[in-house]
This record gives sequence, C-alpha cells and structure tokens, in this order.
Amino acid sequence: MKLTVNGTEHEVEVDPNMPLLWVLRDEIGLTGTKYGCGIAQCGACTVHVDGQAVRSCQVAIGDLNGDVTTIEGIGNPETLHAVQESWVEHQVAQCGYCQSGQIMQAASMLEFNPDPSDDVIDAVMSGNLCRCGTYPRIRAAVKTAAAKIREA
Amino acid sequence: MGIVSSITRRTFLIGSSAIAGGVAFGIFAARQEPENPLVATLEEGEATFNPWVLIDSEKVTLIAPHGDKGQGVLSTQAALIAEEMDLDWGDFDVSFGEPSGAYWNRGFAEEGVPFMSTDDSRMAETMRGIVGGITKLAQVQGTGGSTSMPDSYVKLREAGAMARETLKAAASAKTGVPVSDLKTEIGKVILPDGSELKYTDLAADAADITPIKDTPLRDPSEWKYLGKPMERLDIVAKSTGTMMYGADLSVDGMKFATVCVNPRQGGEMLGFDATAAEALPGVEKVFPITNGVAAVASNTWYAIQAVRAVEFDWGPAPYPAEQDAHWTALENSFGEENLDSEWRNDGDVTTVEGEKVEAEYRSPYVAHAPLEPMNAIVKVTDDGVEIWTGHQMPIFLTQQVAAVAGIEPEQVTFHNQFMGGSFGHRLEFEHIKQAVEVAMEMKGTPVKMTYSREEDFAHDFPRHISMGRCTGVHADGKVVGLDVAVSSPSVLASQGGRLGQGLPGPDSQIAAGAWNNPYGFDNYRMRAYRAPELAPVSSWRAVGANGAGFIFDTILDETIHAAGADPLEERIRLMDHEPSRIALETVGEMSSWGGELAPNQGRGVAYVESFGVPTAQVVQVTNDDGFIKIDKVWIALDVGRVLDPVNFENLVQGGVVFGLGHAMNSEITYSDGMALQTNYHAHEAMRLYQTPEIFVRGLENQPKMRGVGEPPVPVAAPSLGNAIFAATGQRIREMPFNKYVDFV
Repeated sequence: MKLTVNGTEHEVEVDPNMPLLWVLRDEIGLTGTKYGCGIAQCGACTVHVDGQAVRSCQVAIGDLNGDVTTIEGIGNPETLHAVQESWVEHQVAQCGYCQSGQIMQAASMLEFNPDPSDDVIDAVMSGNLCRCGTYPRIRAAVKTAAAKIREA
Repeated sequence: MGIVSSITRRTFLIGSSAIAGGVAFGIFAARQEPENPLVATLEEGEATFNPWVLIDSEKVTLIAPHGDKGQGVLSTQAALIAEEMDLDWGDFDVSFGEPSGAYWNRGFAEEGVPFMSTDDSRMAETMRGIVGGITKLAQVQGTGGSTSMPDSYVKLREAGAMARETLKAAASAKTGVPVSDLKTEIGKVILPDGSELKYTDLAADAADITPIKDTPLRDPSEWKYLGKPMERLDIVAKSTGTMMYGADLSVDGMKFATVCVNPRQGGEMLGFDATAAEALPGVEKVFPITNGVAAVASNTWYAIQAVRAVEFDWGPAPYPAEQDAHWTALENSFGEENLDSEWRNDGDVTTVEGEKVEAEYRSPYVAHAPLEPMNAIVKVTDDGVEIWTGHQMPIFLTQQVAAVAGIEPEQVTFHNQFMGGSFGHRLEFEHIKQAVEVAMEMKGTPVKMTYSREEDFAHDFPRHISMGRCTGVHADGKVVGLDVAVSSPSVLASQGGRLGQGLPGPDSQIAAGAWNNPYGFDNYRMRAYRAPELAPVSSWRAVGANGAGFIFDTILDETIHAAGADPLEERIRLMDHEPSRIALETVGEMSSWGGELAPNQGRGVAYVESFGVPTAQVVQVTNDDGFIKIDKVWIALDVGRVLDPVNFENLVQGGVVFGLGHAMNSEITYSDGMALQTNYHAHEAMRLYQTPEIFVRGLENQPKMRGVGEPPVPVAAPSLGNAIFAATGQRIREMPFNKYVDFV
C-alpha cells in the first residue's frame, strides 16, 4: 500500500484495517502523532488528510483517500508554523502529549476560518482532550495564531 | 531545538558511558553525603563539582533529577542552577540523570510528620529533620507531593554557586588573576581586561581544583531568570511533535507489545485460549504473564488486536464486586475499632451550645488517566536489564525491575523520560513489571510494551473513595464548632503494600484537607477512620485533600450559611494564619466579592491547605435555565516564592481545570469487579467548552518554599459546590456533581 505523508511517498505492507495512526507511528516512525484513546475521544492523533483535520485512529489505511500531513509536516523547530509559533509564545504545553493534536486541529480550523468566534473556537477545539488543563492558553494561542494568519 | 532533542541522547550517555578516569570533589565526603553518581562516568577532561553539574570541553550538562510529567520542573531545576552559575539560558544540556541516593528528596520529610504544614514550632521542625534523615538514608529519590521546588530551591542554587566559584578558581590558577578580580556571565569567566574564558575551556583545569563551597547565595533582587518569565526548555519540542516521550522512543531491533491482565485488579487468570490471536497478521508470539497475557508483534496495533482476540477465564476480584458494597464498607467504618487517628480535638464540640447542621458527603474513585498511556521499553540480556520509560520513583523502579528479573538493582540501567502526564499513575510499578516479564520472554530483543487506553483505565489504581459525616454548630450568627469524621481506605497502605512496605502509624491522607486547615475554631474535632482495603488505589494529584478538603469546606460553608454569615467574611474571621488570611482576602479583592450579581448567578468561596500551600478560590456560576455554567474562577495561593511566573500560572490554571472537571464529570465505579469506565467517553473531566476564565495570583507571604503541582486541585470541588448552592439553593454533597445538576 502506498501513501503520501508530508510530501513523501511511503510503501507499507500492513493489514488494510490498520488505522493510519499506527502506520504513521510504528511503520513509518513519525511519532509526533500520538495515541491517546483509539476511539476518537481525545484528538491526540489528529492529522490532516488533504488539509482536513481527521482522527488518524479512525482512518483505516485501506480507506485512506488523500495526502497526509502530520505535525512534523506543518513546521519544525527551526521554521515554525504560525500556530506552533503562537503555542510557543503562550507557552501552552505542560506535559505536551496532546499538543500535536491540538495544533493540527487549530491549524485546520484556521485554514478554513481565519477569524473564528469564541464559540467556534470552543466548539471546534472541544474534541481535543488536555488532561493537564491548558485550555485557557489554547484559547489565547488560537487567537494569536488567527491574527498572525490574517496578517500574513 | 538542539537543547531538548539532545536530552535523551545525553541521558543515554550518562547511563552507559564507561569509566575512563577523571576527578571529582565535593561536599559529599566532608559531610558524608551520598556518592556523586557523575564521578563514575567522568571522562578525561570532564569535571563535576556536585551531582548536578557536569562540564566537558564542549558543553555544560545539568542534572535535573526530579522527573517532568508536565509540571515544567526540568526547566525550573535548570534555572536554579543557571541563576547562580551565570549560564546563558538554554545554552546547556539537561538530563534527568541516573537513579542515585545523591538525589534523595528533602521535601518528602514535610508531609511525613504529624504536624500542620503551617506549624513552624521547634518540635515540628525537629521532627521534619529526623524524617528528612530517614529519607536520606533510605535514598528516597522521587518526584511527588509537590516537593520538587522545596527540595531543589536551596541545593540547586548552591550547586550552581559551587560550580561558578570553582570555575573562577580554575581561571585564576590559569591566568594568575586574583579570583576577586574575576566576574562571570553567560557561561564565561571574564578577566579585568575584558578577555573571556568559556566554562567549557576551563573544564579540564577545574577538574583538578577542590570545589569551592559555602558561597553565599545571591539575593533574589539580583536574579536574572528566577521570578521572571522564562521560556520553558521543552516548549518548542512540545509544540512541534519532536518531544520524544517514552511511548515514542525507538531502540534498535525493537518489537512492539501489549498486555491484557485481569480487569478485576489483582484477580488471577484461570485460563486462556490464544488460538485465534496467534493467527492474526503481524503477531509473533502470545504468552501468559502474571494474571494475564502478552502479545508481541511488529506493530502495537497488531498486538492490541491480538490480546483482544484471546479468550480469557478471569478469576474473581479480591475486593467487593459491586460499587454499593464499597460505600457500605465506608459507612460501616465510623466506629472506634476503625479510628485511625483523632487529628484534632480542640475545645469540646460535643457540648458547645448552638444550632446544628448535620450532613454526609461522598468523594468517588477517579482515574489518573494521563494522556500518554503506560508504557516501557525493556531489553533483557545476560548482563542485566535496560529500561526506558518515564517514572516518578527511579530507585524503587530499579529495585522492582531487579526483583522481577531475578538480578541485582545495580544490573538495571534506567533511562528516565519526559512523561505525557501522570497525576500519580507513574508512581506505580505494575506496568513496569509486566514490561519486564514480556522482555524476559523475548530475551535479547528490546520490546516496547504499550497499554491500550482500555487497559490503562482498567489498571489505573484510582483515587481512593472517602465519606464524611459532619456536624457544624453555629450560634449568634457565627460558626462555633465543627465535628468532622472521614472514613476511607488507606491510599498509602494500598500503594506501600504493592511495594512490600507497611504503613507505620496513621495515614495522613485520610485526614489531609480536613485536619490541617489553620482556622482557629474554639471547638473542632477531626477524626479519621480507616476502612478496609477495597479496590487498589493510588495517590491522585493532591491525594487525600480532594475528598477530605471537599468534606471539610462544604460542612463549614453549610454551617456559615445556616448561621446567616457571609461565607468569605466568616472564613476570614475564623482564620488563624496570616498568609492564609491574606489568600482569602486576596480572592475577595480579585473577585470583587460582595458585588452585584444577576439573580441566576452565585458565587462560592473555599479554602483548603494542601502540601503546605494556603489556597483560596472563588467560583462564579450562572444557572442558565437549569444548566450550570462556570463563568469565572479566581484563585490565590501562597507558595513562598514564585520561581517561574508563566509556568506557575499555567500549572495553577491546569490544576483548577483538573479539580473542577473531575468534580463535575468523573468517577470510576465497579461492577462485576471491573471498572465500568473503560475510556475517556465515560470519564471526560473537563473539555475546552466548559472551561471558565481563570484568574491566578501567586502570593509570597509564607516563609517556606512550596510546590504548586497539587495545591490548586482540592479547592475546586467545594468552591464549585458552594457556588452552585449560592445560585440555586441546591446543596450537592457528592462528587461528581453531574449526578445532581446538569452543566452547560
């Protein structure tokens, strides 16, 4: 099976029922995408498929129909994505384990709506669980990122 | 970000590099301190002045032995050293180091004595000293009890000062310039003519110099980093998916595994059939381990699928199968024969005259459920065991691993990792022991064992349940007496029992949050009753004060309301501890307590002392057509000194969210011996849409340095319950509150 992740094509020999999450983590070795619940309840595994945020634990690799972008694909420590930049500025992370998913969710939202209302932010970001409770900073960082994206 | 990405490599290096000569000096021999573990790994040209600083010709490495489960102590430990050592922020490596008695935790002594944290009497301080000595002799290295900063505050600054002065001495010896003419800044010694010597260039010279000790520490007014906003060293890695947690590491030749162990915790496996599991793709091996089965595969998902395909015959739980029986056990424990300790008996609450308020309260089992599931990579060879995972108790871990593998603790090499949360679960060893069992079956091959989320919930060792039976007495519009009785199983006995350690004396955590609040009641009795051990339980962020603090502050609030007094004013009137009174006054001022509210709004205040931190909080809720919305929260807490204000605010806000979310929405209940809540859909705590605005104020009026990981949590439930009462007239006496009200 072939898939394109962050612009690179990969070929994997796995059960077509294997979720994209586990192809990324254990087959390709991209571990920025996290396993948290396996049932689309925590959002830690959020990636983009053709730009749309999806829970990679719910996408069977055999059903994958589009190019995949992971947290490693939107920016890196040297060149941060606007959302990552805002996450650093606000020092959002505590344990940080959920933050790849939070950032991917926020980046996708802002791609479609660079000026989300507070209610939209609450609604869209509430699918991503943060056990450390960094929500106040997530709200603030999303707004900062939105402003950056609008100004860009 | 080079700093963080190199941490893991450095950890490996320190753990595995050979002894190749080198010199170390220190306060250790002189004061009979434990051996500096860095000495054993010194290479030619490297210098170490104490167990926290290592310098070679290329870089400075700081050892931050307190584990980082998200609370940011890797950064703050480094800042304590960097402040005195004049390092450029971030221009150094940081390692969690290796397990060593040199890293014994002085902070553990605080909670180990039967004195209130606010008690600075000579007797209390003497006892803390004695318990501290035991902690040192027992080489208790660990992270927990909000002790990282109390433990580190002085000793890490001393370590930095010692390194700085020794480097200056080395520069003086090399250049002939007197030490008094030398300055230091951003990792260099500066000569009077302006020329500079990098610390790294002085490493070899410094190795030959007896470390300079007893240098006075700088006054906080001179600080460059501490007390000011700093960028956490891990923040870029944690914002780019490049932070490697234990779950993400890879070791050459590694295979993937998971386990499924009897969900009736501690129950046996009577039999199993793995025929279907073994036939699944990617599965290499399915085999029994203690009380369950492990599957090894080429991918974690294959392994999880495999154990799900196994047919099990589980034995019964070694505790009551149904939740009701757990509560019955607590109800039946309020008798003399179960009295664990009478912590307070001031005045005589049984004879004081006045009107009485009587109430019963319940605090449920709750899961830790950190987002990174329990995991460990283990490699077993003829030489010993190597293990990579994030854990709060490094030395105990090596002992537990050794016991399973049948080797000596010295043959265990432990590489501690950043943790994707813990909240107390990473104090436990069950998953560690299982990972070792799996690796023993796969000898020579490193195996990464990862729990499924369902396995993680089933084996969470939740927070203990507790029950309160209380009477409040009021007269003439004032509270004149409180009688608080709490019954719960002993969390410390449960946790210690799994380590083969008994609990001498009473369990302070049955009473924590109830006995230790420094109010000056004329009549106050606080009795703790120890219920029998039920489901296995473990320390959950802030431990006992979550239940007993809820019980204590709610009966106080009920009595204040019955007396017709103002909830904040009456607490302030009763308070007998200056920093605590200031905390209460501060939340009053922050929230403009007493100001106008809409008819459907209400405010509640609560005060709970937790891990030495006086904590006061006001919560404001709106009753929106029968749905409760939390609007705002104001919290003031006194930690002695705020070292990293940005991280402080984040941690406190997170503690508020953690406390409120579980008080509102979460519990673990047992049926057929198993936890009914198997994943986050049934144990959500708080999501973003329920998160209020949270205003934080750190106070610095108490004389001691305190940690802030746990203290913000226990005030959540009582302040929210008190606010809901103020808004609706409905008094909630049991968590989670969503059993009684709907939240927006």
